[in-house]
Amino acid sequence: MAVQEAPQSRAKGWLCEREERPERAGPEGRWPGRKHRSRERKAGSVSGEPPDRDAPATVLLGIRHHGPGSARAVRRALAAYRPEVVLIEGPPEADSLVAYAASPQLRPPVALLAYADTGRPAPGKPAPARSAVFWPFAEFSPEWQAIRWAVDAGVPVRFCDLPAANRLALGDPTDQPAKNPTDQPAKNPTDPAAKEGAGEGAERPAREGTEKAAELGAEEAAEPGAGKGATDGAERGAQKPVEEGAAERAVPASRVDPIGALAEAAGYDDPERWWEDVIEHRLEEATAGEDELSAALAPFQAIAEAMAEVRAAAPALPEAHRVDEERREAVMRNALRAAAKRYRRVAVVCGAWHVPALARAVTAAADARTLKGLPKVRAAVTWVPWTHGRLVYWPGYGAGVASPGWYHHLFTAPDEPVTRWLVEVARVLRAEGFTPSSAHVIEAVRLAEALATLRARPLAGLAEVTEATRAVLCDGDELRLRLVHRRLVVGERLGTVPADAPAVPLARDVAARQRRLRLPPSPLESIQDLDLRKENDLARSHLLHRLRLLGVGWGTPAAEGRRGKGTFWESWELRWRPEFAVDLVAASPYGTTVPAAATAKAVEEAAAATSLGEVTALVERCLLADLPAALPVVLRALDERIALDADVTHLMAALPALARSLRYGDVRGTDLSALREVTTGLVVRACVGLAGAVTGLDEAAARQVRAQLDAVDGALGLLADPALRERWLATLAALVDRPDLPGLLAGRISRLLLDAGRLDRDDAGRRMARALTLGVPPARAAAWVEGFLAGSGLLLVHDDRLLALVDAWLAGIPAELFTEVLPLLRRTFGTFAEPERRAVGERIRAARPGSPPTAAPDDDVDPERGALVLPTVELLLGKGAAA
Amino acid sequence: MTAAPAAVLRPHAEDEYAAELAALAALDDRPRPPGWRLSPQAVVTYLMGEGTAVTPKYVGSRRLIEVAVATLATDRALLLLGVPGTAKTWVSEHLAAAISGDSTLLVQGTAGTPEEAIRYGWNYARLLAHGPSRAALVPSPVLTAMAEGRIARVEELTRIPSDVQDALITALSEKTLPIPELGEEVQAAKGFNIIATANDRDRGVNELSSALRRRFNTVVLPVPATADEEIAIVSRRVAELGRSLELPEVPAAAEEIRRVVTVFRELRSGVTADGRTRLKQPSGTLSTAEAISVLTNGMALAAHFGDGVLRPADVAAGIAGAVVKDPAADPVVWQEYLETVVREREGWRDFYRSAREAAL
Repeated sequence: MAVQEAPQSRAKGWLCEREERPERAGPEGRWPGRKHRSRERKAGSVSGEPPDRDAPATVLLGIRHHGPGSARAVRRALAAYRPEVVLIEGPPEADSLVAYAASPQLRPPVALLAYADTGRPAPGKPAPARSAVFWPFAEFSPEWQAIRWAVDAGVPVRFCDLPAANRLALGDPTDQPAKNPTDQPAKNPTDPAAKEGAGEGAERPAREGTEKAAELGAEEAAEPGAGKGATDGAERGAQKPVEEGAAERAVPASRVDPIGALAEAAGYDDPERWWEDVIEHRLEEATAGEDELSAALAPFQAIAEAMAEVRAAAPALPEAHRVDEERREAVMRNALRAAAKRYRRVAVVCGAWHVPALARAVTAAADARTLKGLPKVRAAVTWVPWTHGRLVYWPGYGAGVASPGWYHHLFTAPDEPVTRWLVEVARVLRAEGFTPSSAHVIEAVRLAEALATLRARPLAGLAEVTEATRAVLCDGDELRLRLVHRRLVVGERLGTVPADAPAVPLARDVAARQRRLRLPPSPLESIQDLDLRKENDLARSHLLHRLRLLGVGWGTPAAEGRRGKGTFWESWELRWRPEFAVDLVAASPYGTTVPAAATAKAVEEAAAATSLGEVTALVERCLLADLPAALPVVLRALDERIALDADVTHLMAALPALARSLRYGDVRGTDLSALREVTTGLVVRACVGLAGAVTGLDEAAARQVRAQLDAVDGALGLLADPALRERWLATLAALVDRPDLPGLLAGRISRLLLDAGRLDRDDAGRRMARALTLGVPPARAAAWVEGFLAGSGLLLVHDDRLLALVDAWLAGIPAELFTEVLPLLRRTFGTFAEPERRAVGERIRAARPGSPPTAAPDDDVDPERGALVLPTVELLLGKGAAA
Repeated sequence: MTAAPAAVLRPHAEDEYAAELAALAALDDRPRPPGWRLSPQAVVTYLMGEGTAVTPKYVGSRRLIEVAVATLATDRALLLLGVPGTAKTWVSEHLAAAISGDSTLLVQGTAGTPEEAIRYGWNYARLLAHGPSRAALVPSPVLTAMAEGRIARVEELTRIPSDVQDALITALSEKTLPIPELGEEVQAAKGFNIIATANDRDRGVNELSSALRRRFNTVVLPVPATADEEIAIVSRRVAELGRSLELPEVPAAAEEIRRVVTVFRELRSGVTADGRTRLKQPSGTLSTAEAISVLTNGMALAAHFGDGVLRPADVAAGIAGAVVKDPAADPVVWQEYLETVVREREGWRDFYRSAREAAL
């Protein structure tokens, strides 16, 4: 912190510039009237006004974003200093939103959302570099505590960072160059890799998405919930809002989280621990004899001194970062000057990194130059609910707090944080049906303390507590530890915002789309038939599908369309309910536009899906809702489920839908090569596993597998991939001779091979003969016939030899067995079309000695009459033009 | 390091690393728990290694070793869990050597371990001749450790029948072992503790009773964290084993070692090294130790039956044998792996072919 009139020389480090150049400050017109004001204030204090004589005109409270230690210190400092205005790092547009903090309905975790309020996209207008920026706050965020204090004390709050208007227009220096400003899936807070890293840990691979999140995921995977994941990952406190973390790796750690870097330098892996041990405990001793104000400000003074050193030693930033940082700090200094003109005591709550910059002597003119000509867009701000889970992997402001639950605990626990925490852990485990006793808790506390001693820590931190939890309370069981991690270390806290907070951009986007597509929301139910060949109707269909993905059930697909039955028709029942407004608020963190939010949601669902069927359905929904950006992630999830699903029947069941999507899905112009790849993998896996899935089946199961064999065979026909089909047929060919195959499947596979030309008629005849000999139980033989013939009797009509075999077999069945086989046969022949049955019967009669020759009907064709239909047939086959 | 007698195949840890232990003890000025030869910090240093003077005994997470040592310092018993081949026994031996200077108080757990191995037995000749007395008593390693305040080790705790396991409860909770025949008891001296190891992947284990489990802090030793770490461990051990088994010299085939380790790691973790493809996991453990034996085996094949160079074919059969443990499920896993991963992989053509042949 920096102080205008230093009480003592102890403040030297963080005051150095001010002290060294006091004379130069005046003439340059910095902070006019400073000395004058401070005299006033002294006068005020004489008249009995609180805090007193030496209270500086400005205090700079350098904090660690989302640091509970900082939060406590900020509260204490504010209470002792009693500023007249509080400046907080954040978008100035949000000043008017502070009032909502007084509402009990605004409960953290919440986020300030700033978004480009561009209205309808106009062709000439410059697009914002990004569509939205979030500033999340948890209960334990110092900024939130500062807001709360100010609201309670009736002191105005001013946000002093770069306005969101500029931020949105500028983008972020850490943005990757190839970034599409709208509909950007990667900016989604619930990236699957991240989520998995948090929740599931070890087994899942880090996937695409933001690389940072993936990195974190991997770290978590290595040691989920434990020291490293929980601490290292946590402390990447960025100093400013960023939507994506990927590029942060380019930024030196000391800048991203300077306090974390200091802690690391001191050998601490948990900056909060360091804050407590070094800043609070030691300073408390050091400042024991001093008055409350000095004691309360001492930590910030120490931090400011250290930051000056850190900044001096920090490596140079890339140009874009440096410029950005200078701009932000210029804005902060401007805000500070303006506040200092109006108020006598100003408190600034900002990232510790900026403290030296704010204390530095820079002229207003210089700052004005820095800020000249910044691009702007119209920006709007509002509060949105946030979750602890999202805090973990939101790589923005105060980036990635890996253990919000733990921080919350540290901030709220009145005393004995370690014991209280472990008691809470035991409670969570008991709720899940485990039975850790009080003795376990005692031992866990002892182990945590012993570990802390071994590591020369004054107190056990999250790392020690987690290790004690694992070793004592969880018996080394990672699953239980993950449960604790999810429930406690991250926590499942969900924030709320008042109902009267400004509308979220997602809701506006929905309204805009409704207007554009001329699809007004109506509380009355109506039926909409959409012709997907028309652009507007297709867009409507996309909107409805996307909203359904977001949990806004405005339209439900009607069971049957009223107009047509073509595949290009889609019928919807529409009904807008008021509660959809709430659903849209809940969905707003997913994105600011419908496609972006739906994409993020689909990605999240893909990660959460447990069964293959769910993911397959999701693929189809993504295609219907036209979310090409979500598709890669969803397909990856699909690939994963396919790999892990040991049940071949599930794989086979999933194939037809995928093949359909592949064959017909690309009318929407999406790139389906990834889907093709996944589908190929699915077929390969199904082929490998098929041999194990076709034996030992009872009749019902065999029937099901038979249907699936047919479906897969048909799907492979759709796929039109010769290599894949080849593999499938080779698999079938290897199976067909297995003696333990159920008759139904043996018959069916023979038929599939025959149809594919893999078996010639002689071979098929031999097989049928073998299956239908007397050595084979008639029931099995009948099943074989059913499998072989199912669906169509045409084969018998056209192949005399097969017919003769069936006929001979039938005739040879002993009378007592015939009644047993009859129902089976009926089931087979009953499925044949009436004319087929008659044709088969006629053929058999014709084959009997003495019957009239059967060729007669064939000769009965009248070529002239037949020729009449040919033009129509050609037209149907698409050859009409030629004809 | 003292040179062990030539006849001894494998000297005890405290003998082999006596010099390191002595050096650490000399420099160790931190407080030592009662009965400990070294301070907890020095024990961690001994296991993790430091500079050139102290060789690393355990390659892996320092935190785990810290938890293990802290556990022993709180007088709770330590249970080391892990799949076979994760250095459980190795760690327990070195912990015992560093803490009590004696790693020999060992109970090897088997399905036939009797209660005498944990409590005490009798010298029946003396018992019959002179009646029950201390002289006729044959103390178990646990009893000896209690009396002398040292660390006792129980290997493969979960293989011991449950009723025998529970004999440990008194020792661990009351820190005393009554000998009703003599009307005496042996009270544990300070420094006594137990390190048990157990295998968490084996089928048919005797799960610890919750009463016993409660007395243990559990530390799970993981498989090596990174491929490079594992490759280093494997290459070193393969070279050592090759020497000690006096196999003909085969040039260390870095490529095959990397391949075997890659296959093992991918199947073990259920995901390919590039993180792009999920895989089914086989029922076997695929530990580092198995990778080592696959390679040693391959080297023997190459040396005796091949051209003296480790080729993909030499390891392919061994790998298939290590992967396919359960004849029902594992062949599918292996086949899928071959077809979806190995087949497409650059430079793995020969291996794919050999593995296919081996599988047929």
